Amino acid sequence: MDLIVTLGVNGLATGMLIFLLAAGLTLIFGLMSVLNFAHGGLFIWGAYAGVWIYTATNSFILAIILAILTGLVLGLVTERLIIRPVYGNHIQQILITLGFMLVLQELIKVVFGPDQKAVDPPAWLASSFQIGDVILIKYRLFIIIVGLLLFFTIFFLLKKTRIGLIVRAGVMNREMVQTLGINIRFVFMAVFMVGAALAALSGVLHAPYSGVIYAEMGLEFSILAFIVVVIGGMGSFTGSLFAALLVGLAQAFMAYYVPALSLAVNMLIMTIVLIFRPQGLFKVKG
Amino acid sequence: MNNLLKVSKVKANIQQFHILHDINFEVPIGEVTVLLGRNGAGKTTTLRTIMGLNPVHNGSILFKDEEIANLKPHLIANKGIGYVPEDQGIFEDLTVGENLRVAMKREDQETTERLDWILDLFPDLKKFWKKPGGQLSGGQKQMLAIARAYVNENDLLLIDEPSKGLAPIVVEKVMETILQMKEKTTILLVEQNFHMASKIGDRFYIIDDGQTVHNGLMEDLRQDKVLMKKYLGVS
Repeated sequence: MDLIVTLGVNGLATGMLIFLLAAGLTLIFGLMSVLNFAHGGLFIWGAYAGVWIYTATNSFILAIILAILTGLVLGLVTERLIIRPVYGNHIQQILITLGFMLVLQELIKVVFGPDQKAVDPPAWLASSFQIGDVILIKYRLFIIIVGLLLFFTIFFLLKKTRIGLIVRAGVMNREMVQTLGINIRFVFMAVFMVGAALAALSGVLHAPYSGVIYAEMGLEFSILAFIVVVIGGMGSFTGSLFAALLVGLAQAFMAYYVPALSLAVNMLIMTIVLIFRPQGLFKVKG
Repeated sequence: MNNLLKVSKVKANIQQFHILHDINFEVPIGEVTVLLGRNGAGKTTTLRTIMGLNPVHNGSILFKDEEIANLKPHLIANKGIGYVPEDQGIFEDLTVGENLRVAMKREDQETTERLDWILDLFPDLKKFWKKPGGQLSGGQKQMLAIARAYVNENDLLLIDEPSKGLAPIVVEKVMETILQMKEKTTILLVEQNFHMASKIGDRFYIIDDGQTVHNGLMEDLRQDKVLMKKYLGVS
């Protein structure tokens, strides 16, 4: 039983990190119909910027704040310079964002150096505690709590506030939203920036979780996020949480019981979903 | 300023197609002006162009004596123009209440009073307040679209074919509502249903092949069988 709980916590923590990355991706796709393959670049920039200030100040809170700010600024730049000229053209979006992803990845090496960087959790989250026979690592619980808090906050914003209504209405009919006096371009930009900030936050939280960061991890992790978005349903925020936790748990349990299949299991889930429910587990009406 | 809206020599394209060639008309304050014409004449494109959804290639659109041609749609809406599109533009996953709340620029006493007034006109909207917009009937969707355009204090409402696809009894209800709204706001209406147009409208403009070809008072048009036959196919 204790093994299942331990694996479950690991899986949920991994799932939450993937969710934070996928949430931005799915919001951006849902509202703007933009396929952003540069999302992984925002993830690594969040990780590196956060780790840089964390190393300099030993404050993980500052690391989180700087990562979020980095995500917001990079999100603004990406939307203005990279995405805006290719709205409505998926082929061009894939090509230009994939290219920009590689640029962001290589810029990491230029600014922070090509070597991997080791990262420890902050002292206040480094220890573990025991409940019965189960040992729980504080940092993993921290990730789960942050992920849940963000999910409920964004869920509340989307469902209960006028801003959220505007975003949801924009997903359904952006032209109509404009004729109600709402600057949909500004809404797009804000959503893109929030999505980028979530990716950057995911990056900085991932750093102490994996213990090491490197420039290529953005591409690897963003593939997982894309799998999650496809499983959950393109544009579905709740679907992303569900799918991310499913993928995280499947990966954690497979890594223990059938290690050879731990990476393949995500592809397997996605394939099954695409065969039986191609619109994803949670369908969003556009 | 007697005219709220003045459209002069407007030309507009959709992609490479020239849709509007020479559109000229005026909308006097407090009246219902109706754009008439056959299918494909350019009536809907005219409304979309005023709303900033199609670019103006040439010409001028003055609203309250201010040029609005080629402004962004949200800026035009914020100058005081409400729009009810031909397809109603309902946000299908949002409830009736949410559809109205998205549109409400303010949630003050004045807006609440306007909302109460329009809900009294359309009791179905109150009844189905929590129902998703996509599950409403065609008539209820039309009512919601009109209510949404009216809920803010707009000086001008552009309403595109409110009778389209509706049962005759529902058309009568929509017509009664627009007649009541006429007391409170200026309306530019596109309507194929001549019975409805002639009951609501004060003056008319006929659009044919992207040009305004005739205009006058609605009561005069009712007498002019030749004109009605020639441009509207009404005999």
